[in-house]
Amino acid sequence: MTYVSLDVAHLALAATLILINGAVSWAFALGLGRTLFINATRMTIQLALIGFVLNWIFEQTSPLWTVALALIMVLVAGYEIVSRLSRRPKGIEVYLLGSGTLLVVGTFATVFTVAGLIGPDPWYQPRYVLPVLGMVLGNAMTGIALTASTLLETAARERPAIEARLSLGADRFTAMAATLRLALKTGLMPILNAMAASGVVSLPGMMTGQILAGLDPIEATKYQIMIMFVIAGATALGVVIAGYATVLLITDARHRLRLDRLHPPSKV
Amino acid sequence: MLRVDKLKIANLPPLSFEVADGECMGIEGRSGSGKTRLARALADLEPAHGHIFVNGAERLETPPTEWRRLVRYVSAEPGWWSDTAREAFPVAAASQKALQRLLASLDIAPGLLDRPVSLLSTGERQRLALARALIDDPPVLILDEPTSALDPRTTALVEELLRYRLLSGCSILLISHDRAQIDRLSDLRLQLAPLHEAEAGGAGAS
Repeated sequence: MTYVSLDVAHLALAATLILINGAVSWAFALGLGRTLFINATRMTIQLALIGFVLNWIFEQTSPLWTVALALIMVLVAGYEIVSRLSRRPKGIEVYLLGSGTLLVVGTFATVFTVAGLIGPDPWYQPRYVLPVLGMVLGNAMTGIALTASTLLETAARERPAIEARLSLGADRFTAMAATLRLALKTGLMPILNAMAASGVVSLPGMMTGQILAGLDPIEATKYQIMIMFVIAGATALGVVIAGYATVLLITDARHRLRLDRLHPPSKV
Repeated sequence: MLRVDKLKIANLPPLSFEVADGECMGIEGRSGSGKTRLARALADLEPAHGHIFVNGAERLETPPTEWRRLVRYVSAEPGWWSDTAREAFPVAAASQKALQRLLASLDIAPGLLDRPVSLLSTGERQRLALARALIDDPPVLILDEPTSALDPRTTALVEELLRYRLLSGCSILLISHDRAQIDRLSDLRLQLAPLHEAEAGGAGAS
């Protein structure tokens, strides 16, 4: 059980496999050659860069650098949420909704996991904090984006029903209860499916990584089970916060449905 | 009594009018002249500047849920949020008798309440939407084309019900393309025409 280091020659050899992609694009005239080249290069540069950044942060004694990178991750994930919405609300609040929710959920889940469960000394080591935060953000982001997107689309489609309830004297949360429930359900599906499939259909990335790094599979599994529970809890929390925040975003204090706060549907 | 003071909607001039208890005001105007937006603004479903009073209570000083119990808006295409219409009506045993009477007066068989809304005809849905709006006796009623999907007989039933409501003191605002219907029911009428209609090529709000 030892860790095998890769050098640049190994990577160059692996890169030849990308030629299969090139061949497919060429053989079927897909015209993807350019995109393929750019994206493969981008992936290499991005990963190399984050490798050096992490390497550097791991050497720093001040946790401020960890916090700084964590905040950047939260902001980028928040931006990604907004870019996944087909009906995008106008204004800055929606970015606040995405990043704000992730900040709450990410902080809670990461501190709980690293300080409460794993418990290294000191607990705030970037080696533990950043990977856990990354996994929480990635999954919560998917759930939140799905919830917000479903809620906005359904509210636009179900406007007559929602306004009928408002007209009959319901408050905004009652009027949008069915819409919110559908949105929450949709946002929670991916993590529920992931739990069902993990270990059978897919070997989760973290566990695979730990095994490759030489860790005993039983130990790797324990970590994976822990992280799945954390992710599921964090996603549920994030989906609920984002669901209610989205309801507030498209209604006003007079309990009106304000679809005029959305941009017209994007043509996807 | 409904009193509207300088209500500003889209490209209409500021509107001020009063509808007394037991009065019906017909609202006329071409498609796109702002009839529906006026109705929605009165029910506070969309923002509009100006004051609206019902029996002295001002719109923005009344909680919105309370306001929409005072000013009840029935849209031209009423939406449904549950499988059956039953869930749109109160369950209290005391109101069941009133519900039976109301449905009977609109010639709705009680069984329709438990049939999936998607299987009902447009006319049945329209009358059920009227019934659910009337069940808690709102003092002001805004009806957007309430008989557009009804045959002459059921139209007459609806008009009879509205007359009865007027007699018991309800104020009604009636949007209708049917001139004769407005003639039959209304005491006063409001004709909507957007400002600068000629210059703007008649392009009004939707």
